[in-house]
Amino acid sequence: MSVNVSMTLNGKAVSVEAEPRTLLVSLLRDQLGLTGTHVGCDTSQCGACLVHVNGRAVKSCTMLAAQADGAEVKTIEGVARNGELHPMQEAFREHHGLQCGFCTPGMIMSALDLVNVNPDPSESEIRGWLEGNLCRCTGYQNIVKAIQAGARAMREGGKSS
Amino acid sequence: MTDTGIGAPVRRKEDYRFVTGNGRYLDDMNRPGQCYAYFVRSPYAHASFTVDTSAASKMPGVQAVYTGADIAASGLGGLICGWTITQKNGEPHIAPPHPLLALDTVRHVGDTLAVVIADTYHGAKDAAEQVVVEYEALPAVTSVTEAVKKGAPQVHAEAPGNLCYDWEIGDKATTDAAFEKAAHVTRFEVVNNRVIPNAIEPRAALAEYDSGSDEITLYTTSQNPHVARLVISAFIQLAPENKLRVVAPDVGGGFGSKIFIYLEECVTAWAARNLKRPVKWTAERSESFMTDAHGRDHVSNVELALDGDGKFLGLRVSTLANMGAYLSTFASCVPTYLYATLMQGQYTTSAIYCEVKAVFTHTTPVDAVRGAGRPEATYVVERAVEEAARELKLDPAEIRRRNFIQADAFPYQTQVALLYDSGNYPGTLDKALDLIDYDGFAKRRESSESAGKLRGIGFSSYIEACGIAPSSVVGSLGAGVGLYESAQVRFNPTGNVIVYTGSHSHGQGHETTFAQLVSDRLGVPFDQIEIVHGDTAKIPFAMGTYGSRSLAVGGSAISKAIDKIIAKGKKIAAHTLEAAVEDIEFENGNFTVAGTDKQMDIASVAFSAYVPHNYPSDELEPGLDESAFYDPANFTFPFGTHVCEVEVDPETGETQIVRWAAADDFGNIVNPMIVEGQVHGGVAHGVGQALLEGCRFDDSGQLLTGSYMDYAMPRADTLPPMQIATQVTPCPHNPLGVKGCGEAGAIAAPAAVMNAITDAIGTRDLTMPATPEKVWRAIQSTR
Repeated sequence: MSVNVSMTLNGKAVSVEAEPRTLLVSLLRDQLGLTGTHVGCDTSQCGACLVHVNGRAVKSCTMLAAQADGAEVKTIEGVARNGELHPMQEAFREHHGLQCGFCTPGMIMSALDLVNVNPDPSESEIRGWLEGNLCRCTGYQNIVKAIQAGARAMREGGKSS
Repeated sequence: MTDTGIGAPVRRKEDYRFVTGNGRYLDDMNRPGQCYAYFVRSPYAHASFTVDTSAASKMPGVQAVYTGADIAASGLGGLICGWTITQKNGEPHIAPPHPLLALDTVRHVGDTLAVVIADTYHGAKDAAEQVVVEYEALPAVTSVTEAVKKGAPQVHAEAPGNLCYDWEIGDKATTDAAFEKAAHVTRFEVVNNRVIPNAIEPRAALAEYDSGSDEITLYTTSQNPHVARLVISAFIQLAPENKLRVVAPDVGGGFGSKIFIYLEECVTAWAARNLKRPVKWTAERSESFMTDAHGRDHVSNVELALDGDGKFLGLRVSTLANMGAYLSTFASCVPTYLYATLMQGQYTTSAIYCEVKAVFTHTTPVDAVRGAGRPEATYVVERAVEEAARELKLDPAEIRRRNFIQADAFPYQTQVALLYDSGNYPGTLDKALDLIDYDGFAKRRESSESAGKLRGIGFSSYIEACGIAPSSVVGSLGAGVGLYESAQVRFNPTGNVIVYTGSHSHGQGHETTFAQLVSDRLGVPFDQIEIVHGDTAKIPFAMGTYGSRSLAVGGSAISKAIDKIIAKGKKIAAHTLEAAVEDIEFENGNFTVAGTDKQMDIASVAFSAYVPHNYPSDELEPGLDESAFYDPANFTFPFGTHVCEVEVDPETGETQIVRWAAADDFGNIVNPMIVEGQVHGGVAHGVGQALLEGCRFDDSGQLLTGSYMDYAMPRADTLPPMQIATQVTPCPHNPLGVKGCGEAGAIAAPAAVMNAITDAIGTRDLTMPATPEKVWRAIQSTR
């Protein structure tokens, strides 16, 4: 038995058949080949699997693929445009906001969700917002710096996520 | 300094792929026709068992179900420990068998007894549920203090009293004599809590077998693919090294946990050959908690003898170290040669004796986690120093100053085997005092008090031994391998460069740092240099990444290969420019005839080497491609002082770290941005251990902290902004003058945090992690 999942993924219409128990993250990674979204914990604590569904951050390891039917889904692969980094991606690179890179897609997607609701977040607002994202490498110092800089660049450039 | 050379904060080459989701981690890889492995793990800490796989074998899509009996019948060997410790009595340590799959007894929760291989992941997991295991639960022991008691449950028949080894270092008689004449002795028990490494990428393996060439390719999350190949070939005896390729692609953090050779990658590779289909395994997070080697877990009795002026006369330490249920790959050397050899700290303590009993328990194996032994040593020394200062009513900075090895005393032979090569300990202490504004602390404490908060300050003047290590030294101490590193620097005919390095990068940024080094030395543009690592089919035999060794050992190997490139380049240039080799100078990418304007750039030399139409073929081989192995002359000794300031709420016991100062000396620095990031991450790891992280088992050996709901990891709001400074005392014995920076924060931080909290609350009786509950109870005990 399978279900059909039709959604807009990074701006393009896709339609796939999946087992009903398939999680959104498995659909993205295993069936659609978008492996930028990672699985770090299976229990929605680490945030490595964070994507946007209908414009808001969702941990894709805790959502069934079937629930994304009809939704607009954006993953890390849909953030850069025409090979040019989004200001938030550029800020992570510029401020050394990543080391091993495994948590990074989730961090960037979470940061973009934050800027959507709070275009000018303070340091402590950023630290609080990231409670759902774990990083073992950076000690978060440069992630916080990167998000502040990325938010600033987005304000100045009039960019959204 | 150029903007991409040594010393420049170059933005990382690797970041573009990571920020765009194009990293290639193991679980991102798939092979046509692959099966999935799912392991059957014990829910008991200690049990005998029988297993029936018949129902599971009949499940749809199941290709095979293997048990320990199948592994035994196949003739595969077991997992090994690569470092043999010689005990006090001259006997080697006890290393009980560690079969890939347990035969009839399980010895920790998560111990593995069967594997299901099926066409789909869910199919394998469903079938694993159908493997019928009859367990007979046996009594278990998890703590070292219980495990050494008479009558404690025994983990292995081979290890009576659960003792793996009883080992010592230092001069006992001299140390005892120092205590006789002491004016003051500080005594206490120091517990170093067990931590779980928690790289955010879970371990994984993907193996494929080529029946045409009889070759196995194993992709695995490893910090050292050649060591994995060596162990899997020589000890597991899966395949000879020439028929086994091990590849570690992008690896999502290691922190030590991915050094070791685990059963899963061995079984996955074996199954792929049996079934002639690719087999993939990716750990679920709960498997990571149960089976990634844990860290620390020491209980020590510590005594520090002082004279009337606060000078350290003697240090006596007796430690019980938990090994878990089996000896992991390098478990034995962590609480010995990476721990007790650091008891000298930064001080002139004239007599030191340390004895260590390593103990088996019914818990996950314990091995190196970021810092490995050195955090435990620093915690012992720096907690003792701080407590002694308090007891003698000496300023904590002053007591350290009185005891520091002075900058003109190097090389300094310690009481515990190491020869410190260089240092300037007062320098980093002074820097740290400036950064934290030590003079302003009394005022800040007053203002906290008026707000109803308790403020404390804590120091940690740490030393580490990195850049491991001279092969002859580690060999004499029981290591089964040498600890050199390899490099190959290859010019292509068109003048760009590929560097093959044995140092594996899993977040450290080698692709950038090493390219800076090569660009600086050879004058080749930064973006024309490619760094390749992590594939036994591409790189020379190598020892890999751990112990903050990549730049000091791996970078030095690259430097040595560069020397050979330059030497050969000079010969080629001398021929072309019609000059004597001795007259050729090399600078900024150009070979010049001294005192003339005749020159040839290195790209032209490379072209000439590969298109040798006008080439001294009778004197030189074509090609510009040089390899080197670098075996260090000594360890490197990074050091520094970290200072932590906390505010504790006496009503709730909650600790806030309000200031952090780190003054480190890593020798020369290639990329200061990356170094700062390493310090941040290390401090976070150490703060996590001090405030949040603690692996717990219940009395039956059940793992209570088996998920991120139960095991508290540092998060963005745990950590304060940090003030960081570096001092440069170059390492005198490697060509780059570098020491290593990856572990410093994790080594320094726990003692700084605990010294600060105990200063704030006025009692030393507090163990890590200093959770609000524990801190609140400690405060109540003082009232």
